[in-house]
Amino acid sequence: MTLGPVLVLAALLFSMGVYGVLARRNAVTVLLAVELMLNAVNINLVAFQSALQSPQGLGQIFAIFVITVAAAEVGIGLAIVLLIFRNRRSANLDDFATMKG
Amino acid sequence: MTNLFLALASEGEKAVEFGSGGQLQEWAWLILVAPFVAYVLILAYGKKLKYEGGEIAVGMMAFVFGYGLLLWVDTIRNHTVFEKSIEIGRVGNGMVFEWGWVVDGLSSMMYFVVGTVGLLVFTYALGYMKGERRNTFFYASFSLFAGAMLVLVASANLAQLIVGWELVGVASYLLIGHYWEDKANSSAGMKAFFTNKVADVGLIVGALALSVSVGSFRIKDILEVATTNGDSLNAPYFGSTVAVAGALLLFFGAMGKSAQFPLHIWLPDAMAGPTPVSALMHAATMVTAGIYLMARMFPLYQEMATAARPIMIAVGAATLFLTGLIALVQDDIKKVLAYSTVSQLGYMMVAIAAGGYTAALFHLFTHAFFKALLFLGAGSVIHGVHSNNMSDMGGLRKYMPRTFWTFIIGSGALAGIIPLAGFFSKDEILGTLDYEGYTAVLWIAIAGAFVTAFYMTRAVALTFFGSYKGHGHPHESEGLMTVPLMILAGFSVVAGAVNMAGFKFGETIVLRYTGFTEWLATRDFSPLGDHHPEALEWGLALYGTAAAVGGIAIGWMLFSKDAETQEARDRLTIPVLYPILRAKYYLDDVALGLVGVIKGPAARFVDWTNTYIFDTIVNSFGFAAGWLGKVVYNVADQGIIDGIFNGSAGVASVAGGWLRKIQTGKIQQYAGALVIGAVALVVGFVIFNSN
Repeated sequence: MTLGPVLVLAALLFSMGVYGVLARRNAVTVLLAVELMLNAVNINLVAFQSALQSPQGLGQIFAIFVITVAAAEVGIGLAIVLLIFRNRRSANLDDFATMKG
Repeated sequence: MTNLFLALASEGEKAVEFGSGGQLQEWAWLILVAPFVAYVLILAYGKKLKYEGGEIAVGMMAFVFGYGLLLWVDTIRNHTVFEKSIEIGRVGNGMVFEWGWVVDGLSSMMYFVVGTVGLLVFTYALGYMKGERRNTFFYASFSLFAGAMLVLVASANLAQLIVGWELVGVASYLLIGHYWEDKANSSAGMKAFFTNKVADVGLIVGALALSVSVGSFRIKDILEVATTNGDSLNAPYFGSTVAVAGALLLFFGAMGKSAQFPLHIWLPDAMAGPTPVSALMHAATMVTAGIYLMARMFPLYQEMATAARPIMIAVGAATLFLTGLIALVQDDIKKVLAYSTVSQLGYMMVAIAAGGYTAALFHLFTHAFFKALLFLGAGSVIHGVHSNNMSDMGGLRKYMPRTFWTFIIGSGALAGIIPLAGFFSKDEILGTLDYEGYTAVLWIAIAGAFVTAFYMTRAVALTFFGSYKGHGHPHESEGLMTVPLMILAGFSVVAGAVNMAGFKFGETIVLRYTGFTEWLATRDFSPLGDHHPEALEWGLALYGTAAAVGGIAIGWMLFSKDAETQEARDRLTIPVLYPILRAKYYLDDVALGLVGVIKGPAARFVDWTNTYIFDTIVNSFGFAAGWLGKVVYNVADQGIIDGIFNGSAGVASVAGGWLRKIQTGKIQQYAGALVIGAVALVVGFVIFNSN
């Protein structure tokens, strides 16, 4: 299996993720876009491991770590979004500019 | 992790010992640890005790005093030099972090001073602080303050010295801002902390430059390299440039803690703290740190860093004269004493820069006693009158006799009246300046002695003489406060005896005792070029005494009676200048008799000379000094120096105003910036790695 098409897929997924994070206003959508970016990285890790024949399976181990961290991140992120929504009745990121200097 | 612990355990403690010492020196680390133990105990159990933890603090200081006394006696008798360091970590190539303690002449003198003054001030605080707010926290911080100074004084290496130095800064911040309900007090704490931090940059950079180039934090090693011009150890990076730069940076650090002009601005504001804090800070635990550092590193300044000395002399001379003048125009009695401390620190700095190692430390020693006495006396007055301002005092000698007499002794010692302690130490500084050939500085120092006597007389006159101008009924303080005053007064009388130069009558010299010089020379690298006069120089002693007496006389004339100031001064100049004025009146009669025609104008002329010239001579002394003090205070102190500090704060504020505009608070803009940055990095890598 060639490396090229897989990397293109990962790059596409990552770009979609970046677009989602930067352009969408809904906090839940932004979280979903972050997941897309993380999974694009996972594809990269696994693909390179397979292409380079790494004996210890480092790429896979990394991918599993990333998945674990992503799960934790989604858990916390969703909890935060939910609490903000309860307080503000809004999931629009532009309404959350309380850190303005 | 386990491996790490096992490795540590198997290595055990790595201890290095130098010099000779018995069990006494071996266990000297106890006095460094005691204050910190007391700190924890006070915080844990203080609230339940009668004095809210003060008992623990006083007990701890009594222990420090006793142990310090034993160490000093042992150093005196056996000339012990002892140093022990325990390894706690390593960095880089052989740089070792150590925890150590030194017992030699210099450090045991400091243990003794901290112990004695500390014990008396802590006892006094039991009375002074009764019924105040947050006493438990106060005593805890107070113990921390003393402990930090002991860590500093005991340190065998520069890294530990910095730790002690910074702890002193933290504790002083806590104590100056003790009454933080008032915004001014917490601001004063901040000011002290930040001014010290500016100077600490110098200390840290200087200490690192010296240590890294020598390859050891140990002061012993640095001094060994410095005194052999870098030949003795393998120190390829050490040279005269590093030595001078490091010495100047250390001096900059000392300028902060020891309040040298123009970094003295924090010290007068530090009066916002409770009076016992001021007393301890000014006598033993904080401002002496800079002088101690200079003394500890003295061989460096004598051997390789002589180029640093002119700058130190200039700073010291400016400090001793300019700040003394400022003391003339203060109304707050504690501020008079604060500026006086700054001025006396200028004397010590000048002495040590001129090569007078013993002279500077002798003045530190005597000054510790009489300045603590003066502060505690001022505290007793404030306690009785409930005001800091001398315009609310006056006539207190009738109400507070014990405070009055001890304060008089302290003022006399500070002014340098023979045979009180200050006379001998100040004379030794003058002698050093004379011997080393710094004539201009010598005259500044003598003029400084005049100003010192002047402002102390003014303070005494305004506080204890005249009529009471405050409200309420002043009363003498309780025994817990007056007994420490009396003990300190005793020290202020006799402390000069430890290093009397001796009086020379013809060929015989009487009353000569130079034990102090020998004790201080008991250290690894004996200070070179430290001058000791054969006997008291009558000429210098005369100038010094004349300056002091002149200051007292003029101060007394101007301030001893309280009336409307101008009128009072005019009236009071007459009795003292009576003979001269009388002679002028003969002249007046003669003039009248001889030239009857021009009788009117002549009389008016003589009257005019009388009123304007002779009164003016006396008044101008006072007013010129006062005016100069005002100018220095308003222009240099308030205008320029505060302006520099405020200006830099303003620049930071404006820059902050610009920068806050990019803090929109919108996450997606931040994320966008992040992506742009990441893309730029990738593009950069691709471009620069493509060839």
